[in-house]
Amino acid sequence: MTTTDLNTLNSALASLTADGSVLRLSETEAEQKSGYQAPTEEGLGERMIMNMGPQHPSTHGVLRLVLEMDGETITRSKPVIGYLHTGMEKTGEDLTYLQGATNVTRMDYAAPLFNELVFSLAVEELLGIEIPDRAQWIRMLMSELNRISSHLLFMATNGMDLGAVGMMLYGWREREEVLRFFEAVTGLRMNHNYIRPGGVAADLPGGWDEELSGILDIIPDRLAEFDLLMTGQPIWRDRLQGVGVITAEEALSLGATGPILRSTGSAWDLRRDQPYLKYDQVEFDVIVGSFGDCFDRYAIRLQEIRESIRIVRQIIDQMPEGDYRSQDKKVTPPPRARIDESMEALIHHFKIFTEGFKVPEGEVYVAVESPRGELGCYIVSDGSSKPFRMHIRGPSFVNLQTLPHLMKDSFLADTVAIISSVDPIMGEIDR
Amino acid sequence: MGLVADVQADGLAGLEHNFLTGRVEDLIRWARSHSSWPATFGLACCAIEMMATGGPHYDLARFGMEVFRASPRQADIMIVAGRVSQKMAPVLRQIYDQMMEPKWVISMGVCASSGGMFNNYALVQGVDTIVPVDVYAPGCPPGPETLLQAIVTLHELIETGEIMRRRQVTGAGAGVHLDPAQQSTSSPLTIGTR
Amino acid sequence: MSEADAPATDEAASAEESADAELVEALQQPELLHGVPVSYSRGQVVLHPSRAEYVALVSSLRELGYWMCVDLCGVDYLGYSSQRNLPDGISAERFEVVVGLLNHTERSRIRLRVQVPEKDAQLSTLFPLHPSTENPEREVFDMFGIRFEGHPDMTRILMPDEWVGHPLRKDYELGRIPVQFKGASTAR
Repeated sequence: MTTTDLNTLNSALASLTADGSVLRLSETEAEQKSGYQAPTEEGLGERMIMNMGPQHPSTHGVLRLVLEMDGETITRSKPVIGYLHTGMEKTGEDLTYLQGATNVTRMDYAAPLFNELVFSLAVEELLGIEIPDRAQWIRMLMSELNRISSHLLFMATNGMDLGAVGMMLYGWREREEVLRFFEAVTGLRMNHNYIRPGGVAADLPGGWDEELSGILDIIPDRLAEFDLLMTGQPIWRDRLQGVGVITAEEALSLGATGPILRSTGSAWDLRRDQPYLKYDQVEFDVIVGSFGDCFDRYAIRLQEIRESIRIVRQIIDQMPEGDYRSQDKKVTPPPRARIDESMEALIHHFKIFTEGFKVPEGEVYVAVESPRGELGCYIVSDGSSKPFRMHIRGPSFVNLQTLPHLMKDSFLADTVAIISSVDPIMGEIDR
Repeated sequence: MGLVADVQADGLAGLEHNFLTGRVEDLIRWARSHSSWPATFGLACCAIEMMATGGPHYDLARFGMEVFRASPRQADIMIVAGRVSQKMAPVLRQIYDQMMEPKWVISMGVCASSGGMFNNYALVQGVDTIVPVDVYAPGCPPGPETLLQAIVTLHELIETGEIMRRRQVTGAGAGVHLDPAQQSTSSPLTIGTR
Repeated sequence: MSEADAPATDEAASAEESADAELVEALQQPELLHGVPVSYSRGQVVLHPSRAEYVALVSSLRELGYWMCVDLCGVDYLGYSSQRNLPDGISAERFEVVVGLLNHTERSRIRLRVQVPEKDAQLSTLFPLHPSTENPEREVFDMFGIRFEGHPDMTRILMPDEWVGHPLRKDYELGRIPVQFKGASTAR
């Protein structure tokens, strides 16, 4: 998958750990030193420490950057996070496994179904149950649609950050189509709580394939409009090409996954390399860049929308009939209509929704490929109905560590482009 | 001069209106409500829905609000969209303090209104503990239609002048009244009504 | 004949006994992989290095192709009511640091669980080998109080700097406030 070797990796490691790009100051020190720094004896020149965020118009949430600058050039930087820390991992220990999906879905709020998916996969791994085929195909369908909507969000915010303000409106226009489909299937536009341990919450409504085909017919033309607006334009290219370059070895050392790693030429995509659900039964290409710059990351995401459309079309053709959730009574509540008829069904429903189902003890780590990279879930169970420890490995949390390296020796004006190309979502960074 | 002293003391309400000044006050309130600019304060998931409200399907520009001002000095409304963590609370207050009067706050989503589903150590349980809130928009996240309803409600309050009148009386937002005497018993909070 | 047989059977018996003892001892040794005890959890390979072997193991795994450290998190086992599923010879401590490594070429993952005692909550940092552990180790320090020796910036990352306490510890309360329903108590 990647043609690098240990020697190149070691030299990249040496340069990364040599404390060149990360500004390591505590908050109080940064406050004391902020402003103009006189030239020091080490010949560092006149440096200034500037604060960017946590409230700033680049719409990537509450990320704060402390920048050490020499004029317009950024010498070192430090991302400061924690402004959205919600205690979700602690809350997760207090909710049952059935309620857990509502909690984790709010971590990566641009692609909520992936959080639910990885949590459900981890719980099912611990339970040791099999999910019916139709449930797996439905999960795959919803995941790929969510990838499309997340990448459209990226297109919109990336465009707006770089000045193509009209892109904000175009991106949202397509995203609304997909969100309307989500609302028809899951009941909500965002934070769906649809993929649950055992399967999915409800079956697809009648006529879903026609509606979805209609949406898929509209989007490729609109993507061609994006190409017209952005990809071929000299201003767009000048702003993104050669900006924020990272090599494969640096990306591997810094733990970057997803479009950042793929932009360096390493073709690593969990859907193909460690397949889950039914990804081994659909055909798709893994999109890889060559230069590791912001333009590659933009182009990868644009192409991934097209690949996801291709996957969704195959899913529409291959969707099997069957159950939308596991019939294992230990895990799955009875159908709602049965509750009116049978006392046992009512009690069963009550037990599952109040006390929850018990999961055998053990610990497991499961990972999926979210639009931002490897999204993992580590659950430790003690045999009760609530997780003993639930940890979500958010891809943006680790990808953010590439930011000082990407921004080193670039201009302040490129900072926004670089942050936007990393596509961080603060919800999964801070959890 | 009596007129100037009245205006200095009570603002526009201090004027004894004749035909001309009454119309001017209506004009000012109409202008304020129809071009109130929001400050960017998108924090979490609600920010995505706020951006969707600005998008082409729901279109905040109809209400004069599509220009999200990054600088709080130029903004009228602060839409707190998302969960406010302990680290973010002082920042929220600082941005609110930087806004010029008249300013209003919409608390968007349940996390901003009351802490939402995250009743824990990490979140401020309701931004009304930090800033005075004028309109609460429930939902997790509230869809664009709910946010538009909240905005339209706020605009109506501005246009009728109700909100400015109430602020002079209570010194706070149009929302929650917290009576210290009631806190010791188990009776519920009094919610201010229109 | 019997006198000639007796010494022979005694030697055979003692040889058998020592062979048995060796076999028993071998069976009681934990299974080793890459030189440390290994266990299997739902089909996933989990290594259990001691704190002293930890960095050397990660380094040797890196030589073998585990180039990326994908995840580093902490677990507080205070009040864990079941078996910990640890191999023989590993003594269970209150805290564990769990490290996930990924080998792209072989497409395999491996997990390390290191026991960290409560009284001496320290561990060596992996930063010189895997810079991707900078933020996760800070998070473990913030949430559990485990310090990583040699880390370039051992400060809080998610909570404010002046926060007291480590939220993900089991003896740290969730911090729920009473919801103001008329007449209702606060417990869920």
